[in-house]
Amino acid sequence: MSAPVMVASGLARHYEVGGGLFSKAQILRAVARVDFDLYAGKTLAVVGESGCGKSTLARMVTMIEEPTAGSLTLDGKPVVRARWPELRGDVQIVFQDPYGSLNPRQRIGAILAEPLAINRPDLSAADRRAKAREMLGLVGLRPEHYDRYPHMFSGGQRQRIAIARALMLDPKVLVLDEPVSALDVSIQSAILNLLVDLQERLGLAYLFISHDLSVVRHVADDIIVMYLGLAVETGPKEAVFAAPRHPYTTALLSATPRADPGAKHTRIKLTGELPSPLAVPPGCPFAPRCWKAQDLCRAERPELTGAPQAAACHFPMEPGEI
Amino acid sequence: MTETAAAAVTETARPNRLREFWYYFRENRGAVIGLWVFAVFVFCAALGPWIAPHDPTQQFREYTLLPPAWQTGGSWEFILGTDPLGRDMLSRLIVGARYSFFVGVVVVSIAASGGILIGLIAGFSPTWLDAIIMRIMDIILAFPSLLLALVLVAILGPSLTNAMIAIAIVLQPHYVRLTRASVLSEKQKDYVTSARVAGAGLVRLMFVTVLPNCLAPIIVQGALSFSTAILDAAALGFLGMGAQPPTPEWGTMLAEAREFILRAWWVVTFPGLAILVTVLAINLMGDGLRDALDPKLKRS
Repeated sequence: MSAPVMVASGLARHYEVGGGLFSKAQILRAVARVDFDLYAGKTLAVVGESGCGKSTLARMVTMIEEPTAGSLTLDGKPVVRARWPELRGDVQIVFQDPYGSLNPRQRIGAILAEPLAINRPDLSAADRRAKAREMLGLVGLRPEHYDRYPHMFSGGQRQRIAIARALMLDPKVLVLDEPVSALDVSIQSAILNLLVDLQERLGLAYLFISHDLSVVRHVADDIIVMYLGLAVETGPKEAVFAAPRHPYTTALLSATPRADPGAKHTRIKLTGELPSPLAVPPGCPFAPRCWKAQDLCRAERPELTGAPQAAACHFPMEPGEI
Repeated sequence: MTETAAAAVTETARPNRLREFWYYFRENRGAVIGLWVFAVFVFCAALGPWIAPHDPTQQFREYTLLPPAWQTGGSWEFILGTDPLGRDMLSRLIVGARYSFFVGVVVVSIAASGGILIGLIAGFSPTWLDAIIMRIMDIILAFPSLLLALVLVAILGPSLTNAMIAIAIVLQPHYVRLTRASVLSEKQKDYVTSARVAGAGLVRLMFVTVLPNCLAPIIVQGALSFSTAILDAAALGFLGMGAQPPTPEWGTMLAEAREFILRAWWVVTFPGLAILVTVLAINLMGDGLRDALDPKLKRS
């Protein structure tokens, strides 16, 4: 396999919260440690419940926020603040909410041409327009949409525009931050198929962030399962879906509805709340909610071990255990 | 084949912006009436000395306090009557439009440009700078506005120019607060983040991405403060701190006519009506402007 487009190792992002005149600031580890390799033409899905650090990861990868620790490389070049401007065009993002992600004051043409106007001053206005029109066709919109305002479009069409804008700079990596979760189910599949199609045509690497496992099953090649800012399980999609090794992944998968009423289905119900990210348990962060937890789990944090399917668990699930 | 494609492209070219603006503006009837009244006002302001029947400062000593033409004793030479010094009311009102218009334009441009700039800076700056700017604005807002304008004019000396500067300073914090509030709410949205991901610098973010989305309330505020400025200038003129006699400024005219309220109703009523109608027309127009300029209110 060719070299990865993007490599993240030990990526972490901490925030200081609180901290007034008389109280000490607490440290919130939104992302405590995440490693991944991203390959051209492949999709890496990041799944987990809300508050597990998925979106913070997206913000670090798209150079909106600087990682507190760890390193990120793009095509072998380190992504550090000083080099953000030149690397920007290679990583673009599509947001969850298509109603907030397009500037309501700009016409579609201006929205699409803006990245070029900023990053490619050598292009003439006519070239920019031509490229924007071409991109409209690529995402399945019509040329007459060029002069319209975003409010004249439906959610699915807006998301197509957002994808077109992200592709204007010919990025290598596209971060998809829950790109279909705000859309109707019928529109979702159309957008997902567009994304798959674009990936094949342009050889893009996707970092696909989602909490919807049925969507992930459809598009992903590899999966990272996150819990409280930590990767708890990683591996190829088939392996993870067929035989999850971390109890959290097992529980997550068991909560996905299946379109097969006859199939044997055991629903694992987790008890307890997600611990506060300000006070992550010292051992395994999942231990308070895990039905397999033992003293070792509460005392010592497990490392991510195993290849290609790795799990951070002292007592990983055996195939067919549930 | 390529030719037909090119033809289709030109065919779907954007409609004329001005025509589009007028299409949406027209739907609000009050705004259209306001626009016509405002047009008459602007016409008077521009051509005042040429369309006025008399010189506004010329005193016809034999015709002092003449009532309007339709009343007994009135004369068609002085349609709206004359003031205590025998000057023609109509001429003074027409020429006075120029001062009010001038006050409105200058005050709104100074207050809005300064206020928008400071508001944008406050919205994009770190917390400490934002806090300093906003507390200064709070201090200015804490004064009763006319009183502060009076103090400023007292320091600068009474004249129309100084009154305009004072009113602009007093109105500025409204723009700062409005702009900052809009900036803070717009800044959260994904389209700003995506502009940042596309590499937009701070200046571009401020003026190209965020500012146009904050303009709708600022335009309405601009129209409203145009009328506030006229009112405040009239009030300062009434108090003797604005335009000085014999300038035919509407507020100053009111002040001069104070003693004659009971004897000659027309010397106070007409300047007052002129102020009222102008202010009302501008407010109606401001409302229509917002409807026409905000794409979210447009129906496709």
